[in-house]
Amino acid sequence: MMEFLAMGGHGLFVWGSYGVTLLVLLGEMIWLRRRRLALRRQLARLARLQGDSPS
Amino acid sequence: MAQPRVQWFKFSSPPNFYDLSGRLIPWFGGLAVVLFITGLYTGFVVAPPDYQQGDSYRIMFIHVPAAWMSMFLYVLMAVYAAIGLIWRVKTAEVMAKAIAPTGALFTFLALWSGALWGKPTWGAYWVWDARLTSELILLFLYLGYMALHGAIEDRQRAANASAVLALAGVVNVPIIYFSVKWWNTLHQGASITVTSSPTMETVMLTALLLMTFACWMYSIAVVLWRARLELLERERRTKWVLERMGGKA
Amino acid sequence: MMALLRALLALLQRDLLLAVRRRQDALVVLGFFVVVVSLFPLGVGPDPQLLRSMAPGVLWVSALLATMLSLERLFADDFRDGSLEQLLLTPQPLPLLVLMKILAHWLVTGLPLVLISPLLGMQLNLDGAEIVVLMTALLLGTPILSLVGAIGAGLTLGLRGGGVLISLLILPLYVPALIMGSGAVDAVMYGSSPEAHLSLLAALLIFTLLLAPWAIAAALRIMLD
Repeated sequence: MMEFLAMGGHGLFVWGSYGVTLLVLLGEMIWLRRRRLALRRQLARLARLQGDSPS
Repeated sequence: MAQPRVQWFKFSSPPNFYDLSGRLIPWFGGLAVVLFITGLYTGFVVAPPDYQQGDSYRIMFIHVPAAWMSMFLYVLMAVYAAIGLIWRVKTAEVMAKAIAPTGALFTFLALWSGALWGKPTWGAYWVWDARLTSELILLFLYLGYMALHGAIEDRQRAANASAVLALAGVVNVPIIYFSVKWWNTLHQGASITVTSSPTMETVMLTALLLMTFACWMYSIAVVLWRARLELLERERRTKWVLERMGGKA
Repeated sequence: MMALLRALLALLQRDLLLAVRRRQDALVVLGFFVVVVSLFPLGVGPDPQLLRSMAPGVLWVSALLATMLSLERLFADDFRDGSLEQLLLTPQPLPLLVLMKILAHWLVTGLPLVLISPLLGMQLNLDGAEIVVLMTALLLGTPILSLVGAIGAGLTLGLRGGGVLISLLILPLYVPALIMGSGAVDAVMYGSSPEAHLSLLAALLIFTLLLAPWAIAAALRIMLD
């Protein structure tokens, strides 16, 4: 297992790039999730306002 | 591209697009995960170390797909922008805006992995290699597009203006690439000769293709997801949004 | 056809007249170009050999930045006093009208850069032949900078912080012109002929001349609808 991680001495570079890739992809998804929840709350509130004050 | 395109005009109307993409995202997401796992497995376990570069060449399995995706997404963004600009198709405008961040992220990943691959192979993090340099310029094009989109308040005008920029950009991408490539060969004074990716054994090629498709499926899922949010924001006053807002977004 | 020509020339004359009256704008751009080029030796050191090898890049990047500075004013004044909207309403084809405005802008800011570049070339001790190629390259290149820059100016009309935004939008599109322009002078310095670079630059100019006015017209229509 250890020699797998060592990647023939280039471990830092290989796992550096794959680690950042994982962070970036996860970050993008988490960012979208947060944005979805915020938007849902906002739109739900708008739906309620629309509901009880029929414009 | 299994993703719903405009040729089925029924799906270009916002509510239909919203519902259909909602159903498709889990499939593309699942496919991406499966492809990533098999791609990484073939790339790291099945593929042998390269006789020349040892194990550092495995960075290629994320660097090359990211670079391909960054260019492919930019062209796709320009196509959607053109459709939105010429035929006023709202969902196309939303798709163009939704593609930009993912494209920019892939460009960044291509640059980052390129730099980390360059260090053990060429001895320097940044080499003014033609491809890396045009990748850097592509990142600026993405940032310019997103900056312009954000700078204009009125959504419709922002979509149209950035569509013009995206088209100006996509026309220039080949010119930039060839002039940079030409510039690089002229100033080849730098001793570093650019080794193309190592001779491709079939197993390496399969790993590369698996990872490319994985990135593609991932992009479709994320872009559709962001497009739905954009659509909700843009159409929040409409009836169909309020209906759906009762239920799950 | 004659009416179109008269309209175009009238617009050109108006813009040039305005520019002459507000000479200050053109001089600022020229001054910026001279100052920026003169700063480099202070930063890099007076060694003539080093300056010579850097000269093409320094001159071209400074010309690029100088043009960038003057872009924001290209449409801003007409946009503020409403004459730009009048321009959109005229029956004449907008791309041609826009071309006239850019020609005026180039005559006022681009051409002076070309005329003063020998002085700065000598400052960075380029010799005669190199300066001639430098001037030809700038003569072909500065119109490209104005044309492509006008797309950015059109797209950022009326935006807060439009000036800074233009540079982010447009600098990537300047790369081919920069590479071929400075490459031409570079080629002469190392003894090979600049033919290839100059012809590619001329091709780029024709390409931009054909496509840019449409993009600018579209941008103006979008920002002013």
